[in-house]
Amino acid sequence: MTRLACILLLLPLCLSAAAEERRSGFQDMAPETQAMQQDDTANPGMLWVLEGETLWNAPAGPAGQPCAGCHGSAESAMRGVAARYPAWDEADAAPIDLAGRIQQCRAARQGAPPLPRESEELLALTAYVARQSRGLPITPPEDPRLDPARAEGRALYTERRGQLDLSCAQCHDENAGRRLAGSAIPQAHPTGYPLYRLEWQSLGSLQRRLRGCMTGVRAEPYAYGALEYVAIELYLAQRAAGMTLEAPAVRP
Amino acid sequence: MNRKRASLALLLLAPLAAAAREEGLPEPLTATPGDAVRGRAIVADRQRGLCLLCHTAPIPEERFQGNLAPDLAGAGSRWTEAQLRLRLVDSRRLNPDSLMPSYYRTEGLHRVAPAFAGRTVLSAQEIEDVVAYLLTLKEERP
Ligand code: HEC
Ligand code: HEC
Repeated sequence: MTRLACILLLLPLCLSAAAEERRSGFQDMAPETQAMQQDDTANPGMLWVLEGETLWNAPAGPAGQPCAGCHGSAESAMRGVAARYPAWDEADAAPIDLAGRIQQCRAARQGAPPLPRESEELLALTAYVARQSRGLPITPPEDPRLDPARAEGRALYTERRGQLDLSCAQCHDENAGRRLAGSAIPQAHPTGYPLYRLEWQSLGSLQRRLRGCMTGVRAEPYAYGALEYVAIELYLAQRAAGMTLEAPAVRP
Repeated sequence: MNRKRASLALLLLAPLAAAAREEGLPEPLTATPGDAVRGRAIVADRQRGLCLLCHTAPIPEERFQGNLAPDLAGAGSRWTEAQLRLRLVDSRRLNPDSLMPSYYRTEGLHRVAPAFAGRTVLSAQEIEDVVAYLLTLKEERP
């Protein structure tokens, strides 16, 4: 009966009840790398968080309006925000991710010069905002307007691409936990972004990570900011609903 | 049921897969016979062969070998030359869901990066070299 109910009625609930089987990339890292992430004085991502705090309070644009001018203290105003992104953007009637929202605020509300994707400033502001949700569960909005993009994200996740003709699902669903050469294949949960990757020697966004996996299979990546990436981000967030945010994380 | 009818049924159901499992690709892709020494170097090379990303092989000097796929040790006694050639050329003809990339196929691919578009992962001669090397791997790992 319970199983039948599971299958027929409560599939989404039962899936989230399986949350303990989902693993963050954190759990499969070496103890030293875990310690580095957990100690703010050792976590290199905190440098971007600090820079982000400065930018949050810095006047920008013709009116000299800082982010804090509209939002006040990030500790309270930004708490939980990263946990529910990507979200629906009323202005563009399209899904938008956290970095996209910050870019939009900057351009439309501050009238300041745009911050390109993966620029130090945008990474810093994103890291600072995401830091305010550390420890909170990922809570994707229930907004049905996001459903088509989520479905597209899922399709992109299971679609084979590149000269090596591999899909995300083949590695991250079917082979997670095994080793691809020296790397343990994680389950691809977006729990830590933006994060400091030792291999990059820098902070990077989830889109940078997706790009890396795409070029790894010798596929043509999408342009930064592309709707395809936002769709994959939406699907990954849904798949990780309830997992704990750890931004800024550290990864090997 | 006699064998002929059984194999006829198989052929009708999955012509390519069934025939291929029997015979593989007996025709070499080039006139020059494969060179096992060059083949070993290709298998060991993570940028060219990529094999060790997924497989382990008896190539002790290469650390960090993958474990997503069968050990290549013993491959030369498990499979014939023709079967090995097919597994390299296009293992998806045997198993459409295979993780193993097709090393000699350019059709049916999606969003290939421009630098690799229209190119096979290995050249015909490289495939022959790798087949020659795999045939030397007679011993299963203890
Ligand atoms: C051939 C295997 C492979 C494929 C295909 C692949 N990935 Fe990955 N992915 C990895 C490995 C291995 C890592 C671990 C990081 C590393 O060492 O490169 C990773 C890391 C990730 C992470 C980071 C997880 C964390 O803990 O931070 C995400 C998210 C991710 N991949 C998503 C994707 C998506 C989405 C796709 C498809 C567009 C994809 N991957 C395709 C192998 C793959
Ligand atoms: C992305 C992963 C991947 C890569 C790269 C890869 N393989 Fe494979 N290979 C597999 C998997 C998985 C199988 C198991 C059969 C299947 O699923 O089709 C396999 C099967 C085989 C087999 C049959 C093994 C057996 O005994 O059943 C041989 C031989 C083989 N591969 C050789 C190679 C060689 C040589 C290379 C490099 C030139 C290579 N593979 C690259 C994943 C891979």
